[in-house]
Amino acid sequence: MTALLKSRVSLVWLGLIIATLISWRIGTDHGVHAHLATTIVLLVAFVKVRFVGLYFMELRDAPLPLRGIFEGYCLVVCTTLIVLYLA
Amino acid sequence: MSTAEAAPGEQRNGSAPRPRAGARWPGHVPGEPGVWVFILGDMTVFALLFGVFVYYRGKQPLLFDHSQGDLHRYFGAINTLLLLTSSLAVITGVRAVRAGYRRLAPAAIAAAMACGAVFLINKGLEWSALLSHGHKPATNNFFMYFFVLTGIHAFHLILGMGVLTTLFILSRKPTLTPGQRAFVEGGACFWHMVDLLWIVLFALLYLMH
Repeated sequence: MTALLKSRVSLVWLGLIIATLISWRIGTDHGVHAHLATTIVLLVAFVKVRFVGLYFMELRDAPLPLRGIFEGYCLVVCTTLIVLYLA
Repeated sequence: MSTAEAAPGEQRNGSAPRPRAGARWPGHVPGEPGVWVFILGDMTVFALLFGVFVYYRGKQPLLFDHSQGDLHRYFGAINTLLLLTSSLAVITGVRAVRAGYRRLAPAAIAAAMACGAVFLINKGLEWSALLSHGHKPATNNFFMYFFVLTGIHAFHLILGMGVLTTLFILSRKPTLTPGQRAFVEGGACFWHMVDLLWIVLFALLYLMH
């Protein structure tokens, strides 16, 4: 049971919490250039989404097509949102 | 269920050891393929909503920024931390079910449900605070999108709480059928989808400026 609780997903959770706090700091700090701050916030958000998919949904062990669709979703949606934002 | 028992759809390969406690074998679709049609379809609908929000934000950036300033960002941040923690609890519960830890599994699912409940309470408090200050969906485009997007998400979260209730009941059973085990995995993935959609909503509604 200890091995289960001390698994890699716990480390991923810690990383996601830290990423949330960092993006919150960047997103609410108006001293940072708005376009740069928002682009970083969106990138961090989709990196977090990818980690939720790979480690919590366990897609890193899934067949490649399913994992590929998910990773493609992260890439396409993140890129589209950043382009729409900067346009 | 013992740790040596393969999950549905998994192929045991000779005497190869299980790589991680409660983990699955590679090449396994979590839940059932039909669940993924639903999850990916839902994620696509949300992606369109995200795009619409960013597009219309670009039309009225000052209005959106000013309105965003009226939000209590702590609610958004705390809710993000709550859902991430609930996701950790759910995956721990799923792995505990697989590994046969019959006390840990329901406790982990219950912890996830508690996080979900606090999320909904926070959401209710946030909405009441906004409404009491005169910020309604009809106020402007920002608040229209804010209430619609967070409302649709809250609806998914309430559905997820129902799914977690079923997972809690199943996790207490001494043995599960292959169909029940697939439901546990698929239901868990639905909850994680609710989590990842909020991650993007938090960035768009509370942080983008």
